[in-house]
Amino acid sequence: MTGKYFSWSRFVAVVVKEFIQMRRDRLTFAMMVGIPLLQLILFGFAINSDPKHLPTAVLSADHSEFSRSFIRAMENSDYFVVVKQVASEAEADRLLAEGDVQFVVNIPENFSRKLQRGEHPVVLVEADATDPSATGNAIVAISTLAQTAINRDLQGALQPLISKPAPFEVRIHRRYNPEGITQYNIVPGLMGVILTMTMIMMTGLAMTRERERGTMENLLATPVRPFEVMAGKIVPYILVGYIQVTLILLAAWLIFNVPMLGSVPLLYVIVLVFIAANLSVGMMFSTIAKNQMQAMQMTFFFFLPSLLLSGFMFPFRGMPQWAQTIGEALPLTHFLRMVRGILLKGNGLMDTLPHLWPIALFILVVVGIGLKRYRKTLD
Amino acid sequence: MENGEYVIDVHGLSKSFEGKMAVNQLTLQVRQGEIYGFLGPNGSGKTTSIRMLCGLLTPDSGSGTCLGFDVIKETAEIKRQVGYMTQRFSLYEDLSIEENLDFTARMYGMENRLAVVEKSLERLGLSQRRKQLAGTLSGGWKQRLALAACMLHQPRLLLLDEPTAGVDPKARRDFWDEIHRLAAEGITVLVSTHYMDEAERCNRLAYIAHGNLLTSGTAAEVVAQSGITTWAVEGNDLFKLTEQLRGLPGIKYVVPFGNTLHVSGDDAEQLQRSIAPFQADLRFHWEQSKPGLEDVFIQMMEQVKDNPS
Repeated sequence: MTGKYFSWSRFVAVVVKEFIQMRRDRLTFAMMVGIPLLQLILFGFAINSDPKHLPTAVLSADHSEFSRSFIRAMENSDYFVVVKQVASEAEADRLLAEGDVQFVVNIPENFSRKLQRGEHPVVLVEADATDPSATGNAIVAISTLAQTAINRDLQGALQPLISKPAPFEVRIHRRYNPEGITQYNIVPGLMGVILTMTMIMMTGLAMTRERERGTMENLLATPVRPFEVMAGKIVPYILVGYIQVTLILLAAWLIFNVPMLGSVPLLYVIVLVFIAANLSVGMMFSTIAKNQMQAMQMTFFFFLPSLLLSGFMFPFRGMPQWAQTIGEALPLTHFLRMVRGILLKGNGLMDTLPHLWPIALFILVVVGIGLKRYRKTLD
Repeated sequence: MENGEYVIDVHGLSKSFEGKMAVNQLTLQVRQGEIYGFLGPNGSGKTTSIRMLCGLLTPDSGSGTCLGFDVIKETAEIKRQVGYMTQRFSLYEDLSIEENLDFTARMYGMENRLAVVEKSLERLGLSQRRKQLAGTLSGGWKQRLALAACMLHQPRLLLLDEPTAGVDPKARRDFWDEIHRLAAEGITVLVSTHYMDEAERCNRLAYIAHGNLLTSGTAAEVVAQSGITTWAVEGNDLFKLTEQLRGLPGIKYVVPFGNTLHVSGDDAEQLQRSIAPFQADLRFHWEQSKPGLEDVFIQMMEQVKDNPS
């Protein structure tokens, strides 16, 4: 079966060779399994975008029942732990500046007296907001506390001070991830991040390695066609990609209890498209890069925007328009939406299609560039 | 389809890299069944020439055929029918001997692949070591394996780029015996080298320096064309004699060969006049000798150095 444009025999030759080389290169193979495991552990266990139990100092000039109730309510919210009672504002400032506490609660003199007179005293909460995401949720929590914290203490003559309900109620329904568990978002996303990194890197190295070891000349001297080489080198890595995906899905299911509402077979089909997109990027890089070092650098050049602009690390809608436009062009962005959609929302094929075609378009463009750049000669 | 009796028939092939001329107007004709030696110093353009012949490089200008196929338009067909052995070992070092041969056989879409590989292993005498990784072979064995790999698809033309560089003398001799065997079977071989003893084993040869083809023909023709006269001197204190002879009119170069000194020039009479005073010195024994290829090539190199094109 040696056709003029595609030969099954030559394609198989490349596939078999790549598999043998992969098997012999134990370290690389170990890394392909090791990288997903390491990232799972780091991202899965170590990262939490909803930090709780933040150290708090209290500077209280009022030792009344009301202030005690307020502090207790803060602690009950789980966001705050009072680690220190301070006596002066200077000390409180120092604690904040040195980062020993995240919050200082400042209860003024005559707090209870003013409260009883209905003068609406002010409690000052100073937050170390250098990292906005570290304090954000806690600040939201504390502002609702004022409504309810001391209602129980307002009895008898004080009853009129109990805050009245708003004229209408806002009811919030947090869907898909009601408890706001970070892992539900991170672990499925991790699948895309790991595939992006390993797939691009491995294939990026695949062709430059031939060039560096001098085997490229021999390969070019044979009748093999560019498409046969590319396809033959891609197939083994698709298998590796699937091994990684399976590992992550197992971990998501067994360790992180990530809900899997949608169809896993559908997910596996979509993974194939996404792997193909990354492999084609790697192939394109390897036709441009002169050596393995350059291929590696190009991988990171592509990986960084993927990581930051895809919505994996930071909210996609929080980015300015130009960044969103770049993000929309990246396969990872669309893959993340599909994976999270399938696993957490139970999306079906029709819901995922709008995110599938941008990836397909991406592949077409990149493979086109790659085939154009593949040099059949040594010029 | 083939252009007369010539397997390789190219005219005026030129190639430059980033403005630097690598091969200048190469014209080469190689007959069927011939062992054609391609000689020249390092960086003279031998590898570039061979790569242009087998379709790995596109010539900037010039035209011609290789096995009857156009070297510019029909490179795919040339690749299928030519066996090209690269200067650097370019099989996969992390594949075993058998796996490398199997890979190559698949690449050329060979039928009865397994039988072909088996036969090749036997011919190589590597049946027992088939599982050994190619990277662990010695230099000589690597060359033989590479030759076997590029012979798998039974090409009619072999292009060998410095096949014996860095190989010990015994392995070199075995290698050349194999080349002669192949030529006897009717395969045309173009082999580049810079060993003079190997040049003598070729049917015909060409000498290239700085991208220019300086001479071609049989060894005898090349020597005759050069028109140089060589004297061999034996005796003591040859080093001092070397110093004295250099620069005298008619003496092109003085080169020590072990215990003899070769003194050559292209003007026999002037050379004779210049060495006459030294011939009278009884410490030296002078004898006119037949110039060898090495004498001819060294002189050519000197000429090119004098007037670089």
